[in-house]
Amino acid sequence: MNIVVCVKYVPDAQSDRTFNAEDNTTDRANVDGLLSEIDEYAVEEALRLAEAHEGEVTVLTVGPERAADALKKALQMGADKGVHVCDDAIHGSDAAATSLVLAGAITKATGGSPELVLMGMSSTDGVMGVVPAMVAERLGVPQVTFASELTIEGGRVRARRDGDTASDTIEASLPALVSVTDQINEPRYPSFKGIMAAKKKPVETWSVADLGIDPAQVGLAAAWTKVTAFAKRPPRQAGTIITDEGDGGRKLAEFLSAGKFL
Amino acid sequence: MAEVLVLVDHVGGKLRKSTAELLTLARRLGEPSAVHIGPGAETAQVTLAKYGAHKVYVVEDAAAEEYLVAPQAEILAALVERTSPAALLLTSTSVGKEIAARVAVKTGSGVITDAVDVNAVDGAVSTTQSVFAGSYTVTATVTQGTPIVALKPNSAPIAASPAAGVIERVEVAISEAAKSARIVASEPKKATGRPELTEAAIVVSGGRGTGGDFSPVEAFADSLGAAVGASRAAVDAGWYPHSNQVGQTGKQVSPQLYVACGISGAIQHRAGMQTSKTIVAVNKDEEAPIFELVDFGVVGDLFNVLPQATEAVKAAKG
Ligand SMILES: Cc1cc2nc3c(=O)[nH]c(=O)nc-3n(C[C@H](O)[C@H](O)[C@H](O)COP(=O)(O)OP(=O)(O)OC[C@H]3O[C@@H](n4cnc5c(N)ncnc54)[C@H](O)[C@@H]3O)c2cc1C
Repeated sequence: MNIVVCVKYVPDAQSDRTFNAEDNTTDRANVDGLLSEIDEYAVEEALRLAEAHEGEVTVLTVGPERAADALKKALQMGADKGVHVCDDAIHGSDAAATSLVLAGAITKATGGSPELVLMGMSSTDGVMGVVPAMVAERLGVPQVTFASELTIEGGRVRARRDGDTASDTIEASLPALVSVTDQINEPRYPSFKGIMAAKKKPVETWSVADLGIDPAQVGLAAAWTKVTAFAKRPPRQAGTIITDEGDGGRKLAEFLSAGKFL
Repeated sequence: MAEVLVLVDHVGGKLRKSTAELLTLARRLGEPSAVHIGPGAETAQVTLAKYGAHKVYVVEDAAAEEYLVAPQAEILAALVERTSPAALLLTSTSVGKEIAARVAVKTGSGVITDAVDVNAVDGAVSTTQSVFAGSYTVTATVTQGTPIVALKPNSAPIAASPAAGVIERVEVAISEAAKSARIVASEPKKATGRPELTEAAIVVSGGRGTGGDFSPVEAFADSLGAAVGASRAAVDAGWYPHSNQVGQTGKQVSPQLYVACGISGAIQHRAGMQTSKTIVAVNKDEEAPIFELVDFGVVGDLFNVLPQATEAVKAAKG
């Protein structure tokens, strides 16, 4: 079974994330980045499935040069090879264009016949959670998203998806696209052996043109949405903090009463 | 006036509150038309009309209930082609966003999710979002195709504005390709008698600080008529269901009041609650980062503070 895991390089959530003033895009140059934490669960799931089903795991990222760090982490965890779509034309791409590039790269990486595509449920920076659905739409394969449990047997995928009002069981046949939540497993840390082995693993770098996609279809200029303004939220006005001296509960109730919450 | 399509958010015909919010917001952009996929349209029609739906498109196709997301996206894409609306509005839940995403690709339209507001500005649809765990406010527009906007629940106070709500039945042929991810079983969430987490005006959440005993959190929530949330630490420990998790990989809530009890305020938790209007915390560590966000904080043991607050609230309510 060939498994492609799509991973994203994101600005570290612990750092001060911001935008580029010239073009209102996410600033990826001046902050430290890493493999989006939720994607680690997708990599882990891919490795477990590959171990159980004799599969090969290709990890795929679309992003600037530094995004190679995200691939490296996944290779250290145990993925077999990497694909990096790296092209200046991609800068500022929206979700729709990103999904176009991902779908093209998945197709090329699998010789046109993907079997299983895994992704995290959303990235930790954009947090839209729409790219998996878009890639499934473009590839024309079943969309099995937000999987908190996953089994693959006899060419069929079975997943648990916890929705707002119910917990659903979803079934589809391969090839399929699956996105996972952070409930699905506990990602492994790269071992020393894994770190050494990763240095010798092949990583291919492709341009947008290599995928047969016209560079004019991606990037900021081709985006279907546009950020017109961004503003740092004014810091919250410092609140009132009291120390409980036996009457903290009553004081809390008074605050709520004054705020007309009762 | 141009038509604005609103996807009705319902469970087996029972409307969710966000539908009325979407209709209220849609009126700023044009004439709302509700799109009701599935059973129960006749009952829903009264409410849809009350909040301003001029038309109610009804599509009843078993495939839309049986298969995940893709059939609903095909139905909406067909309606977008047919009506050339000024915009398509949906609720920003995981399903709503995924439907929006697929309609966007099918119709070559820009999609904006997690919006907290939408307005017509110089003839264009302009949205407001809160990003990077609430630290930035972003305004954006759609520059291609039909603006598709998914709005978070609780984005606007609902206001009635009665319209005709004429039911129009629509047939859409659903492709075989869309019938591929089948919902083979569905276990409804246990009814707790409490409001739904994303819809609630007040949310009281518990974290690792509860030590596994959520009873003071639940009692306080009940005194306020609130929903109960949980941090991931509490969920991972098996103390509370995952469907109640608030945060980056749980639910995003923006109630009028959010009360965090025994929760430290990690960035991933903040991502799910930072847009709440008023924030209160009870935590025994005065250094806990959650206190950076609060309008009111109590440094203390939740097992002392919450029961006393519960009694005081009950007494005040009479
Ligand atoms: C990919 C990823 C996704 C994540 N998604 C989420 C998410 O969606 N939601 C989420 O919440 N977290 C999420 N997390 C986890 C997050 O990083 C934190 O680990 C988690 O929020 C901590 O939960 P907590 O605040 O309950 O626990 P802790 O951080 O352990 O805090 C417990 C707090 O309780 C206080 N306390 C202890 N006893 C008492 C008492 N008796 N009375 C009062 N206070 C007391 C302590 O002072 C402390 O501040 C995610 C992490 C990752 C890596």
